[in-house]
Amino acid sequence: MIALRNYFGTIFYALYTVAVGMKITWGRLFKPAVTIQYPDQKMKMPERARNRLYVNIDDCIGCDQCSMACPVDCITIETIKAPADVDLGVTSTGNKKRLYVPKFDIDIAKCCYCGLCVPPCPTECIVMTDVYEFSEFNRRDLIYNFSAMTPDQIVEARARAKKAEEETAAKKAAAAATAAQAKAAAAVNPVPTTPPATTSSMPKPEPPKPD
Amino acid sequence: MELIQSLLANEIVVAILLSALPLVFILVYALVTLYMEMKVAAHMQDRLAYMRTGWHGVLQPFADILKLLQKEDIIPFAADKLLFQLAPYVVFIGTYAGFAFIPFSSIYIGSNINLGAFFLVAAGSLVVIGILMGGWASNNKWSIFGGLRSASQMISYEIPTALAIVIAVMITGSLNLQDIVKFQEGGIHNWLLFGGPMASVTLTQKLLLIPFTLVTFIILFTASLAEVNRTPFDLPEAESELVQGFNTEYSGMRFAMFYLAEYANMFLVSGVAVSLFLGGWSSPFGSLMSGTIWGIFWFVLKAMVFVFLQIWIRWTLPRLRVDQLMYTSWKVLTPLLFGCLFAIGLILVW
Repeated sequence: MIALRNYFGTIFYALYTVAVGMKITWGRLFKPAVTIQYPDQKMKMPERARNRLYVNIDDCIGCDQCSMACPVDCITIETIKAPADVDLGVTSTGNKKRLYVPKFDIDIAKCCYCGLCVPPCPTECIVMTDVYEFSEFNRRDLIYNFSAMTPDQIVEARARAKKAEEETAAKKAAAAATAAQAKAAAAVNPVPTTPPATTSSMPKPEPPKPD
Repeated sequence: MELIQSLLANEIVVAILLSALPLVFILVYALVTLYMEMKVAAHMQDRLAYMRTGWHGVLQPFADILKLLQKEDIIPFAADKLLFQLAPYVVFIGTYAGFAFIPFSSIYIGSNINLGAFFLVAAGSLVVIGILMGGWASNNKWSIFGGLRSASQMISYEIPTALAIVIAVMITGSLNLQDIVKFQEGGIHNWLLFGGPMASVTLTQKLLLIPFTLVTFIILFTASLAEVNRTPFDLPEAESELVQGFNTEYSGMRFAMFYLAEYANMFLVSGVAVSLFLGGWSSPFGSLMSGTIWGIFWFVLKAMVFVFLQIWIRWTLPRLRVDQLMYTSWKVLTPLLFGCLFAIGLILVW
């Protein structure tokens, strides 16, 4: 008798559970779908979304800290020291710009979107935006050049920097020479027996060679 | 029919035309059901399904068919070529043969023979042979498993199906589905699901019959789900464990043929269930809205409701285990149907 009751009980339970399941799926049939039809509709990105990097080059002081922070070395920065008489202006945060930035490349294909480059920036010029649609057919197109300088400007800046460097080097050399002379003279004074010939044989500091 | 016959004045041409009618219907129906299945499945899972081809993706079935037509017909090197190539057509022929005995309307039935219901069961077995053939010829362990499972499953479930048909035949006294439908004409209360028309049974008999016919109908529907290899009885295909089972190795048009056969089979079993227990093409409102064209409408509508029910069940229930499948057939459906058969026999004699 118990076996029979179990048998029919199982059958009714099976039918009942089927009905429960079908009721649920019937209900879902009329619920609006959760699908977001991507190219037509887009999800709103969260406020602090970390996607494509953007560099406001006007604010960049070329300190190279973002490049050093980058764990995958996707940021390449080259700088040229501005001569003392050239004023590059100040950033929006008030820092004085002392370096030209002829090259500021970010290989976004390498970027791992960790965001570690953002906090070290003293002028907050490198930021992560919420742009995420930037696929390209060519991998090279994923290297973004942020530098605002034209090739001509770079050549000019290089030349001026070199000239300025040479000038300073020459000045330094002269200063060093006078200093050495003074030293020699000072050395001569207490011990007059020492010959002053050493001054002429001292090697002059050569100006640093351009790379 | 007479009209077409008189227009063409050639029996052979007429026969070919008439036998092609269900095929035309199946092709249109398959497109509709393909779309319906995907849409129902998606919406039951809170998705949207096709949205890019036409308005809400209505052109997607055409795109799918076009894609299948373009596909290469790959035959595995180690396959039994003849059987492999033949199998999809055997499956489709088995299904299509069943359509010959389904009355679409009061004037249209493919083959108006006295043994319609019997032939229906026999033709259904051809599908098993086709599937087993495909599984065996593929020379692939998944396919063989699919084929074997299909054989055991279909043989098991043919018994409840046949018994349910026998019960309908017992009440109506005819094996011709057209006669069975005509027997139930005259409104919803005359359907076999509700014990048949008052003309043949007394009110007490009818009231006593109702629970048994209801059980019979539910069992017939359950068994027919297994016959068409649909979830929860889709063990032969079982994409998650058998990689689509017997149609793993099929591609292009041959795969499409299997697919078409499956969809046609869905309609076939629904059509049989509707014809036997829900009055087929007869209108549920008696003489209201009845006629040749209305007949087709009612039949297709009723059958489509059950096709929808099959889709609904597919996206609700998980797949049964092999032992559960056998248990369901041999220990639940068959004994219960024997009980129903016995009870209905007693009631009818009494």
